[in-house]
Amino acid sequence: MTITDENAGIGSRMLRKEDGALVTGEAKFVDDIHVPGELWMGMVRSTAAHARIVSIDASAAKEMPGVEAVHTGAELAAMELWVAPLPCAWPVTDDMANPPHWPVAPDTVHHVGEIVAVVLADSRYGAADAVEQVVVEYESLAAVASIDQAVADTDHAHTDLGTNKAYTWAIDEDPEGTQAAFDAAAHSVTCRFEQQRLIPAAMEPRGVVAVPSPMGGDVTLYSASQVPHILKVMAAATTGIPEQKIRVIAPAVGGGFGAKLNINPDEILAITLANRMGRAVRWTESRTEAAGSTHQGRGQMQYIELASDSDGRLTAIRVKIDADMGAYMMLITPGVPLLGSFLYHGVYETPKFSFTCEGWFTNRTPTDAYRGAGRPEASYAIERAMDMLSYEVGISPEEIRRRNYINGGEPFEMWENPAGISFDSGHYSPTLDRALEMADVAGLRAEQQRRRDAGEVKQLGIGLCTYVEICGLAPSRALGGLKYAAGGWEHATVRLLPTGKVEVVSGSTPHGQGHETSWSQIIATKMGVSPDDVTVLHSDTALSPLGLDTYGSRSLAVGGVAISMAAEKVIEKARLIAAHQFEAAPEDVEFEAGSFSVAGTPSKSVHIQELGFVAFAAHDLPDGLEPNLQEQVSFDPPNFAFPFGTHVAVVEIDEDTGGVDLIGYFAVDDCGNQINPLIVEGQVHGGVVQGAAQALYEVAVYDDQANITNPSLMDYLVPSAAEVPSISTDFTCTPSTTNPLGVKGVGEAGTIGSAAAVINAVVDALRPHGITDMAMPASPMRVRQAIEAAKGGAS
Amino acid sequence: MIPAAFDYVRAGSVEEALAALAEHGDEAKLMAGGHSLIPLMRYRLVTPGVVVDVGNLNGDLRGIGVADGTVSIGALTRHSELEHSAELADACPMLAHVASVVGDPAVRHRGTLGGSLAHADPASDLPAAVLALGATLVARGPGGQREIAAADFFTGFLESVLADDEMLTEIRLPVSGGGWNYQKFNRRAQDWAIVGVVVAEDAKGVSLVNMGSTPMRATAVEQAVAGGASAADAAAMAADDASPPSDLNGDAEYRGHLARVLTERALKAAGIA
Repeated sequence: MTITDENAGIGSRMLRKEDGALVTGEAKFVDDIHVPGELWMGMVRSTAAHARIVSIDASAAKEMPGVEAVHTGAELAAMELWVAPLPCAWPVTDDMANPPHWPVAPDTVHHVGEIVAVVLADSRYGAADAVEQVVVEYESLAAVASIDQAVADTDHAHTDLGTNKAYTWAIDEDPEGTQAAFDAAAHSVTCRFEQQRLIPAAMEPRGVVAVPSPMGGDVTLYSASQVPHILKVMAAATTGIPEQKIRVIAPAVGGGFGAKLNINPDEILAITLANRMGRAVRWTESRTEAAGSTHQGRGQMQYIELASDSDGRLTAIRVKIDADMGAYMMLITPGVPLLGSFLYHGVYETPKFSFTCEGWFTNRTPTDAYRGAGRPEASYAIERAMDMLSYEVGISPEEIRRRNYINGGEPFEMWENPAGISFDSGHYSPTLDRALEMADVAGLRAEQQRRRDAGEVKQLGIGLCTYVEICGLAPSRALGGLKYAAGGWEHATVRLLPTGKVEVVSGSTPHGQGHETSWSQIIATKMGVSPDDVTVLHSDTALSPLGLDTYGSRSLAVGGVAISMAAEKVIEKARLIAAHQFEAAPEDVEFEAGSFSVAGTPSKSVHIQELGFVAFAAHDLPDGLEPNLQEQVSFDPPNFAFPFGTHVAVVEIDEDTGGVDLIGYFAVDDCGNQINPLIVEGQVHGGVVQGAAQALYEVAVYDDQANITNPSLMDYLVPSAAEVPSISTDFTCTPSTTNPLGVKGVGEAGTIGSAAAVINAVVDALRPHGITDMAMPASPMRVRQAIEAAKGGAS
Repeated sequence: MIPAAFDYVRAGSVEEALAALAEHGDEAKLMAGGHSLIPLMRYRLVTPGVVVDVGNLNGDLRGIGVADGTVSIGALTRHSELEHSAELADACPMLAHVASVVGDPAVRHRGTLGGSLAHADPASDLPAAVLALGATLVARGPGGQREIAAADFFTGFLESVLADDEMLTEIRLPVSGGGWNYQKFNRRAQDWAIVGVVVAEDAKGVSLVNMGSTPMRATAVEQAVAGGASAADAAAMAADDASPPSDLNGDAEYRGHLARVLTERALKAAGIA
């Protein structure tokens, strides 16, 4: 079938089906859902990073109008509302430390913002007023406020652990060989990079509404979650409520970026308190509250060393990561750095590879997944280090990359990387060629030289990054090997309704990605129906009982493939019915653009949509064939998918103020086959901005007592459209060998490529000063101070 | 982000507003556009018992007039109205320009000149502009009307000489000619200035944004230019009398550096060689 915008199947730039409801305000988010008799939770949050709770006086709060109850952590523990701490699903080693993380701290707090008591009131205002009246007395303990302090291991974030170290995890088969490669290296570089903590800051904050049923102990939880299915399982395990009595619904969800991929105290509190009170219980986090109530991203110190021969060809890479867990292990906290562990060699071949990660507790908000989750960190380290190696060898950034690309930059399939996993497919050189051409890097370098020669105030910098990422999480066996508790399959159901319309039930749950559109396009192409005839049901565990949700750029490469496979099963069953009508053998019945016909007699045909009623009425089905056309598939991918690309960032630096202006961005990505290029481009745009934001703007700043100092969006600088240039995108297409659609993922790719590209550009601009590195975010003050320091050193 | 309870009075006239202020004393807070007050209330950094809303008073309190070499601006004139006023573009183009870079369009459509001045935030753009222009601020209170020179108005961080029972009604400026410029340095388009420098009337007025607890005149720069100094030499003195704050965007030393860089740029853009 030819792809056109008219048929809107796979490959067409169909406008998103979701957007009408979103842009007109019709879509219902959690905060829009109200239930008669509902109670608001107000959280009394710790103002101390590490302290014993001496006393909590809630007497004044309990007397306030509209307040139904105030419960401290100790009281809640005595009520036995939960049977287990909040879960960590990824105990990465057998001996990993995992101090219990209760929804409300019973006796000791371990980070600012941890809940110490909860208020239930009949209004949000009443809850907020009562929270202010709760008096908590703390006995301070030494707070571990930074990674360096955690590693020093003198003060302990959890006093009873006796150490801040949570685990050590390594891929290090031949440490002596790696060392020998460094001893023999013609060139080597040693780098230390900080991946600063980031606040995810989705447009919609998190929120919950738990609604008890009138009878039977059932409870429905509405949550702004990326993972309603996982939440249901974990809520049952944590509360002891039988799983079949819990229904989780994620209504319209306004972005997540990993921050809604967790099992949070508020979710467990809402479920258990709704059951206890027999009334709906709700909470919506405020933006400032989110700094303590929702996990943060990144938080690593990275040490990366490269060794090469005299031509700049890599001979060894050695990596050590100190990863900040924060105060507790949340759902996948310890595993996030390991998602990057397989990628610290980037797109390059290296004979020797050594990786060690140590996880450390601090008295800060827990960390967990944030767009890219481990891979942006890895990509940043190797791509910054490769630029540093290029300075050392004396060749251009593009040349050092070409010399080291896997398979010499030529196409490959199933290449086994030094960390022991196989890249499904790749072809890196064309993305570099196209990016250099699109950005006119030759022209930019000439202009850069002109400005340098003229001594102009505004200097140009050009930065490159070729990234590869690991997504499509994931083969269940591989996850088991990594000690992740769950599998990585995805479930889909496709049903052809009596009237010929199609219902798709998706186990992957969108929070802005456009699943309804993409899944409709897959069905349109597979089944030969209009996408308007397709409805996608999702994000409700009663409608879609099986699913593993949305994270790790997995929806299309796992869930979308499951949709496609379920559609094929429907077609195969429909083929039997068509053959029966035609009185032909099923193998003689062809299917093309939605119509079945007998080979050689095209005049005799029936459209698949007409067979919906036939299968429903069941008056004349082949002997033994069950009525109805509904099929389901659980697809467990045989491998991950490995998208890649080359990005070029162009910055202009005002050397007098230190201001960095991102003036150009050129992204050439390869995510295999595309379902909807419009959605793909949108993902690249958003991803690029999120990575550029880390490079130039965002950092969660903690003081030496582990207080966050910039929790509001006045001080935590999320860039707006005014701060970013128009982003130029192009694509190459190297289909995945992991799945029959040949698709990879693209939700995180932009973020994985852009921070390194932007900082490489910043450093490129400043190189005449002898500056070879720049910490993130490259704020104007930081850039100006680096220039002044370089000038001072030179004079 | 949930404000404490407060009573709300919508004033139908200046007299009603003044009566409400007189009745409630320091419990009351005037609200014009609300774009400074409401965020502070949502953080519970201020908890007024009574909010007296004057945002809907129009008439003389809203609008721009030019007569006899004086520009008269009603205190409730929106930033967007300053930005787009043809009269102001002729009579005082610098003020129109400064208004155009305040916050974002939503802020400029609600925020008022009088509200911005009364709020007295040293990081705001318009107080420094009004200071550089040598404006006169007109306030009304129970004892009648008084005129306050802009130079005397700002007394501290978010503090002015306005009494609890007074409200600003009008801002008067001389029609302003000569070279002018505004340099605003920030990281995101909608943010406050990390440092800003206003040059008015061929540098007869030079003022600084976010370089101390109040908006301030860079007197040394003005005198140096008047004495014939070059832009570079004059700008070198920009931070001499300042005690700038330190925050995540810039420490005091960096702010001093920025003040010198931006002053030189502003002077040159205003035609001072």
